[in-house]
Amino acid sequence: MLSRVAERIYWLGRYMERSENIARLVNVNSNLLLDLPAGVRVGWGSLIDISGTGSYFERDTQLADEKTVVNFILADKKNPSSLINSLSFARENSRITREIMPMEAWELINDLYHYIRDRADKVTSRRDRSMILLHVISSVQQFTGLLAGCMSHNNAYDLIRIGRNLERADMSTRIVDAGLVNLLPHLAAGGAEVLEPYDNILWMSVLRSLSAYQMYRQHVRDRVNANAVVTFLLQNEDFPRAVAHCLKQLEQCLWALPNSEKVLSAIVNIQHKLDEADLNELLKSGLHEYIDELQLEIGNLHFKIAETWFLPVAIAQTQEQKSA
Amino acid sequence: MLKEVTMSEMNIDWQNYHSGHFYDELISAPGKPRPETRHLAQYLASLSGQELQDRKLSAELAIKTMGISFTVYSDAGNIDREWPFDIIPRIIPQKEWQKTERGLIQRLTALNLFINDIYNDRKIIKDKVVPAYLFEDSVNFRKECIGMKPAYGVWSHICGSDLIRDDKGEFFVLEDNLRVPSGVSYMLENRKVTKRVFPELFENHNIVPVTDYPNQLFDTLASLSPRKADRPEIVVLTPGIYNSAYFEHSYLAQQMGVELVEGSDLVVDSDDCVYMRSIDGLKRVDVIYRRIDDLFLDPDMFNPDSVLGVRGLMRAWLKGKVALANAPGAGVADDKVIYTYVPDMIKYYLGEEPILPNVPSYLCVDKKQCDYVLANLDKLVVKPANESGGYGMIIGPQASKKELEEFAQRIKANPRNYMAQPLISLSTAPILTNGNAEPRHIDLRPFVLQGRDHCVTPGGLTRVAMRKGSYVVNSSQGGGSKDTWIVVGD
Repeated sequence: MLSRVAERIYWLGRYMERSENIARLVNVNSNLLLDLPAGVRVGWGSLIDISGTGSYFERDTQLADEKTVVNFILADKKNPSSLINSLSFARENSRITREIMPMEAWELINDLYHYIRDRADKVTSRRDRSMILLHVISSVQQFTGLLAGCMSHNNAYDLIRIGRNLERADMSTRIVDAGLVNLLPHLAAGGAEVLEPYDNILWMSVLRSLSAYQMYRQHVRDRVNANAVVTFLLQNEDFPRAVAHCLKQLEQCLWALPNSEKVLSAIVNIQHKLDEADLNELLKSGLHEYIDELQLEIGNLHFKIAETWFLPVAIAQTQEQKSA
Repeated sequence: MLKEVTMSEMNIDWQNYHSGHFYDELISAPGKPRPETRHLAQYLASLSGQELQDRKLSAELAIKTMGISFTVYSDAGNIDREWPFDIIPRIIPQKEWQKTERGLIQRLTALNLFINDIYNDRKIIKDKVVPAYLFEDSVNFRKECIGMKPAYGVWSHICGSDLIRDDKGEFFVLEDNLRVPSGVSYMLENRKVTKRVFPELFENHNIVPVTDYPNQLFDTLASLSPRKADRPEIVVLTPGIYNSAYFEHSYLAQQMGVELVEGSDLVVDSDDCVYMRSIDGLKRVDVIYRRIDDLFLDPDMFNPDSVLGVRGLMRAWLKGKVALANAPGAGVADDKVIYTYVPDMIKYYLGEEPILPNVPSYLCVDKKQCDYVLANLDKLVVKPANESGGYGMIIGPQASKKELEEFAQRIKANPRNYMAQPLISLSTAPILTNGNAEPRHIDLRPFVLQGRDHCVTPGGLTRVAMRKGSYVVNSSQGGGSKDTWIVVGD
């Protein structure tokens, strides 16, 4: 398999996963709003902070209203991580790699991109939005299922899974972080007595954004609380969107890929860091910083992957010049 | 009060379909379908305008979903457009087609003998059948290729010849595309769309399938491999996603199950072999189906600024370490002036009469013929020798006086670069407009393969001038296309 194609297909996996995550995040926030009392203001701006795209927003995220934020996250072409851009990049990457995937995969992505492009002006309406986002989520699920069922489980397939799980691990850490840093203090500003009964709702919404609520209940068998939720989302090895599970998947993807030693040791490092963390203690102080470090390590993992299998940067640049 | 007749209540009435003095592929006279098209004509007339419109919409939807697109270059950036397609298929009876097929193989065989001769012994020039100046100043002659002997003596492995039918329905060759002809993926996709839109039509017709082309292409390319490996490593070399034919490059790689590579994926090592950079390291490549023009292939030998090509690729090819299809320099024979000598080549190399005629042509390089062209510019079609895509030509009867005068100056400045042909009355076929059928001009591009063996696509890509009265069928200039059926029996 070509190094250039390896890179494209890895990014295809990432962008598809990112699209699903964005859709989940916005949907859950919309639902959360319906449950909170009128006096409590949950900022839409925190969604921008979660996705790490604040620098493109050019305004104070905490003051931004629903329409502005939703439009920025879903339909703004200037936001490189917006849903429409993620799908457009996914489409471009799959156009380049269509010869190695089943034809239906390309058709699915192409359709999904057109679906969003044609509805970009409707996402600010709550009713339309919910339908549109559910369609995105189910289409990405269908894409995953289609590849699992109709594509040879070869190197290309492993690279898509690597992209998917890396993106997913990254997003799960961001969502946990957001629960801690952005949502809590902001709610607290509404007053402790207002917050108390809604603490529950908040952490439930964090779980829901990862479709983790039901699995969490089965696993934890305790009321929803910060400690258990954070532990579940970071350290659980069975739940597909928990960071530990994603790392395990990443590890398995490496088995059949050539020259994977460096990447493997980077994964093992992150796994150690995760295993050894005393989340109880960290919750009292330092969890935010800890998650920052975790995200950095995940970022480094990407560079190890690029170094091992993708075209050397110098050659890739000539290629960009050419297309510019 | 008169009832207003809306589009949806009207059916196609072939009595009201008039194609004038042109040969129409579907009907021979108003209300009279040809024997091979009667089922189709009946069927179309049985559908209401609304039903036809619905089929048209579903074809558009299928094209969008399948991502069948092409790129149009413009100042506002390159735009990916959906492939324009008319849903009414074009039918050619197999009996008629078999002769055309033989003619195409005969023609490509002679052309390849000619190219090989030009780069080696030049017997045809020594025997004074073709004048030497023709290739010496042809922009597609590559002196770097002199003395090269590619496998089987074949230079153009994939050829797309443009055929037209005159007012009597006879096929003529309008031009040969021997460099990097495109369009075959659209031929294949058109058939798929028709199957989605008109599945019932396939019950009443015995249509020769086109789906074998990717296998034939693979076999042709494999036969060129310099290494006698069990499964030679074949790649499709594309200039990249911004090329107008990128869809096709990707499609063919996918259908053949081979890698689609860009120049930066390949490297020529000190052993003169070509390798691709893969996740396992370097991997040897045997055959390159290149979709990049000669001059961009290798910055060492041609355009030094090219970032599309591969440094050292020509060295590898000249040393026989890799096969290139089509071979560099093959374009020397698709010069439109050399075209006029193809019937002579067929007689010279094969000792046969040409099965497919050329369109009569006038060479501006010849003083007498040039005077005739200049005096009759308003009746002729004049083309530059080396342009494709319908650029830089003039259709005399449709041009303004000013345009004609300007063009005359260009011919006088560089007569070698121009040839002229009478305006052939291109045949017509019905297209669907607002639920009704109207005649439009069409041509046909079959694809001919030559490696160890020969193959011709059953039919080819039918291109349609979608504007009324227009003769310009190129997709870059508003042309569309039709599914083309070679039908067995009646």
